Amino acid sequence: MVKINGTSLDIAGKTVAEYLKTTTYDPKRIAVERNGAIVPKAQYGETVLMDGDSLEIVSFVGGG
Amino acid sequence: MATVWKLSASWEVAKLIPTKEDMTKALEMRQGKKLQAKFSSATVAICGLGGLGSHIAISLARAGIGKLILMDFDRVDISNLHRQQYKAAQVGRYKTEALSENLKEVAPYMEIKAHTVRITENNALSLLAEADVICEAFDQPEAKAMLTNTVLESMPDKYLVAASGMAGLGSANSIRTRKVADHFYLCGDEVSEVAESVSLVSSRVMLCAAHQAHMVLRILASEFET
Repeated sequence: MVKINGTSLDIAGKTVAEYLKTTTYDPKRIAVERNGAIVPKAQYGETVLMDGDSLEIVSFVGGG
Repeated sequence: MATVWKLSASWEVAKLIPTKEDMTKALEMRQGKKLQAKFSSATVAICGLGGLGSHIAISLARAGIGKLILMDFDRVDISNLHRQQYKAAQVGRYKTEALSENLKEVAPYMEIKAHTVRITENNALSLLAEADVICEAFDQPEAKAMLTNTVLESMPDKYLVAASGMAGLGSANSIRTRKVADHFYLCGDEVSEVAESVSLVSSRVMLCAAHQAHMVLRILASEFET
């Protein structure tokens, strides 16, 4: 299981990019942390999610 | 305490302002010598000088931060006056210039470096090199994400205090600070987006800016929890 923003999902084995495609996140508006470290944008396609990983996806909204 | 007044020649209308020594002493009395030494030796970068950035800058200037790096490409618009730290007579001026002027009135001895520039992946590294802590204070979500990714990927030693979600008249109590990762803090309610029917309200934007400024001070004081 992989924890995404606190919710456990059965997505181990997928890459970050593959997982994001199944969501409504706009890739241009997000930052992704995996086990406390930033996942570089260029590495979404090759970062494979492992059992026990914890992912934090911050999706920015407009205003400031 | 006897106050020594000196004449500031740089002001358009000459006014009497306290000396640097007296202002430092006053800050030390309020905040403690140890804390003040940390604040006055710090450099903080503020990316975007709108509702968030202009208020963050004023808060940090009042706290006696040693140096601010201010960045914005835009000019003051009449529509900014309802929530940003500019004056009616400053409409049309570059925000970097107008805010520098306003900050000098609050903290005349603080060092300011102002860059009238649009921050990108390409120039961020050199613009932010000197900063100990970086405030993300843009309004566009794509720009917020770009800066966050760039700082966390390329400048892992720096602290980033970003903001997301402060539009509308929602409860003041839903604005919070969250530690997302070791060097990454996020302020706001994370959901309240600007939309056609939801605008930015000065008091709620100020709350979010205050969260950001406060987290900056806590980081400089080595208090890393929210």
